[in-house]
Amino acid sequence: MKTKAKATRKGASNGQKQAPQAGAASRHGTEMTGAEMVVQALADQGVENVFGYPGGAVLPIYDEIIQQDRVRHILVRHEQGAGHAAEGYARSTGKVGVALVTSGPGATNMVTPLADALMDSIPMVCITGQVPTHLIGNDAFQECDTVGITRPATKHNWLVRDVNDLSRILHEAFYVAKSGRPGPVLVDVPKDVQFAKGIYTGPDHVEHRSYRPRTKGDPQAIRAAIDLIAKAKRPVFYTGGGVVNSGPRAAALLRELVHRTGFPITSTLMGLGAYPAADPQWLGMLGMHGTWEANHAMHDCDLMVAIGARFDDRITGRVNAFSPDSTKIQIDIDPSSINKNVRVDLPIIGDVAEVLEDMLIVWKAEKPKIDQAALKAWWRQIEAWRAKDCLAYRANPDIIMPQYAIERLYAATRDEDVYITTEVGQHQMWAAQFFRFEEPNRWMTSGGLGTMGYGLPAAIGVQVAHPDSLVIDIAGDASVLMTMQEMSTAVQHGLPIKIFILNNQYMGMVRQWQQLLHGNRLSHSYMESLPDFVKLAEAYGCVGIRAQKPGELDDAIAEMIKVKKPVLFDCRVAALANCFPMIPSGKAHNEMLLPEEATDEAVANAIDARGKALV
Amino acid sequence: MKRARTIAAKAASSHAVASDKPPARHRRAMLPPASAYFIEETHDRSERHVLSVIVDNEPGVLARVIGLFSGRGYNIDSLTVSETEHAKHQSRITIVTTGTPMVLSQIRNQLDRMVPVHAVIDLTAEGNPLERELALVKVTGRGNDRVEALRIADAFRAEVVGASTEHFIFQLTGRPDKIEQFVSIMAPLGLAEVCRTGIAALSRGPVGMDD
Repeated sequence: MKTKAKATRKGASNGQKQAPQAGAASRHGTEMTGAEMVVQALADQGVENVFGYPGGAVLPIYDEIIQQDRVRHILVRHEQGAGHAAEGYARSTGKVGVALVTSGPGATNMVTPLADALMDSIPMVCITGQVPTHLIGNDAFQECDTVGITRPATKHNWLVRDVNDLSRILHEAFYVAKSGRPGPVLVDVPKDVQFAKGIYTGPDHVEHRSYRPRTKGDPQAIRAAIDLIAKAKRPVFYTGGGVVNSGPRAAALLRELVHRTGFPITSTLMGLGAYPAADPQWLGMLGMHGTWEANHAMHDCDLMVAIGARFDDRITGRVNAFSPDSTKIQIDIDPSSINKNVRVDLPIIGDVAEVLEDMLIVWKAEKPKIDQAALKAWWRQIEAWRAKDCLAYRANPDIIMPQYAIERLYAATRDEDVYITTEVGQHQMWAAQFFRFEEPNRWMTSGGLGTMGYGLPAAIGVQVAHPDSLVIDIAGDASVLMTMQEMSTAVQHGLPIKIFILNNQYMGMVRQWQQLLHGNRLSHSYMESLPDFVKLAEAYGCVGIRAQKPGELDDAIAEMIKVKKPVLFDCRVAALANCFPMIPSGKAHNEMLLPEEATDEAVANAIDARGKALV
Repeated sequence: MKRARTIAAKAASSHAVASDKPPARHRRAMLPPASAYFIEETHDRSERHVLSVIVDNEPGVLARVIGLFSGRGYNIDSLTVSETEHAKHQSRITIVTTGTPMVLSQIRNQLDRMVPVHAVIDLTAEGNPLERELALVKVTGRGNDRVEALRIADAFRAEVVGASTEHFIFQLTGRPDKIEQFVSIMAPLGLAEVCRTGIAALSRGPVGMDD
């Protein structure tokens, strides 16, 4: 009758747990101020880096931070930057990202990263200062209802009114952020609570009362899934960010299962890297700008195995024409992801790694016979779709095509220890299509919320976590200006991030949609008077590089990689290139537009009035 | 229902599995999608369900629950809340909502994944729950209307909890439809105002929610 699974207490161990530091328990039971507790709790949770910006209501915590060296603080230039940096840090390590900001505007500037992390299930703890408790509700200076504002943008949040609750709540916050479906949480700490003295509780002494997500899949459902897989004639794996969130073990198990079955596999934007792009079973990304073969395989399959993917509207296209003939299995840790957009035949609630492990145990025990003849025919069909070469574009000897720029960037960095972040728009889709990822946690992008300005601060977070790696933000000229001030952060902390700007002087994706949907009326999508990015780089004290011709691109990229400083790379690309293939709004997976077919007339006819109303 | 869907899907999938030629574009025009959920969706009717939600009685918990309903566009027809387990600081929220079966299961799952929520029970799905509501009804008037109001109140077993020579305040407890009926009868007899508590509900039988 109880809907919460009480028996499973494994929630805390999914993903990569941050082990509390050895000897941390020694301060359990000690009296200290609230501000000391914050730093102590961070250290006990194994937090090495905090991204933040000081202000009146967090000064006591900042006073503690400067007097210790267990937790490093990265000073950003805008609170939004701290949030996205924490996200990039979390996404590239599997650890919880931490941000620390002040009350009022500090907290409201954090709303975008919190909403972003909620949509993409990124574990993040945000600590905000608040005006003293006796002033709450009085419209005090820099007061806002932080827990009220961030309630729908967080997985959970707390306002701490008593210093004796503070350490428990902080440890609970980390537990909630990383357990089950990960997400952002916020702890609002009034200034008087930071000054007050209380008894510190260590992380080992905290257990959450009600939140215990189920991580183990139902064995009967797992058995049924294996039966369906064994019987499938036209199967496809459809994987998403949940595989990455579940941790490297999930990615390894996914590879094993996919290899054992011999089935094709596609992934969402958020799932790229969980399965190696070099593998022959890989179909490329699916969805609105996915590959011809991936979307057709999804449409025509008879069995779909969704793993850590949530059938969002960029994936499904028109829902009532989505994969009409398939039986659908969905593995997800969040029961509310099941039957949300698309009805699923066999749901398995659990952590991806644990469910895949159990599936492989059943697989190895039962050694099911796959219909090899049908599978061969299915692959023949897929190869026919692949032969379309849907990502082909017309090269130009004088102008850098944006696709070409990503291809050359990939070629130059494929042997490097490279991490990629992106902003949002055409460049993001081209990066997803043309950059190839072999490992999880290497690709940081704002998928759900679609936050322009995410990539630059996220790159800072990634570089903090991986100081010796090559971290590149593939950016657009419009997006990158939204958080450009964080170049100053990169310079201050010696973080040699590379900002590779595909500069077409447009909000390219906005313009593409205006061309498709609004009669080519380019309303306010042209960027007049962009800054000179090379001079801007110099102003920030980093390095600016510009490439204008295809011939100079390789040398310029090589120079960018070689420089041990932050770089703004102004890559001047074809201004009017558009991103294809594309499923027009309101259409099904097998109604994609390819670039050579996207004549003005075809584009005009592609989207009917109903489709135009869709986003 | 599910069985039928599988069969329908099978029947629709009889077109060629593989060919060396890429399939004709816009095949949909020739072969309309036999999408089972499309067909099912048109048949899905809104149902009225009563949910019991056990939550930690902490600040903001009600805002969280209400915010979920408003943020995701779910309906709230009635809502009552009170602390029911003082030792554990737990409250019981009773929500009456309407939605298609898919939406109702979303509501349950979305509520259940909230951090301070201990349990979500769909009382309607478990059987015909016991539902009661209390109303205070003020009726103002003199003469015949006043006599008639009192007579009807007696028939409905409403209690007079406040009165003057010009008004009555009736307290009525019962099923929501009974209260509805009482209020509509009182309307022409000088109905001044109504206050209703919203629905309290329990499952029938000996078993409690925690069992």
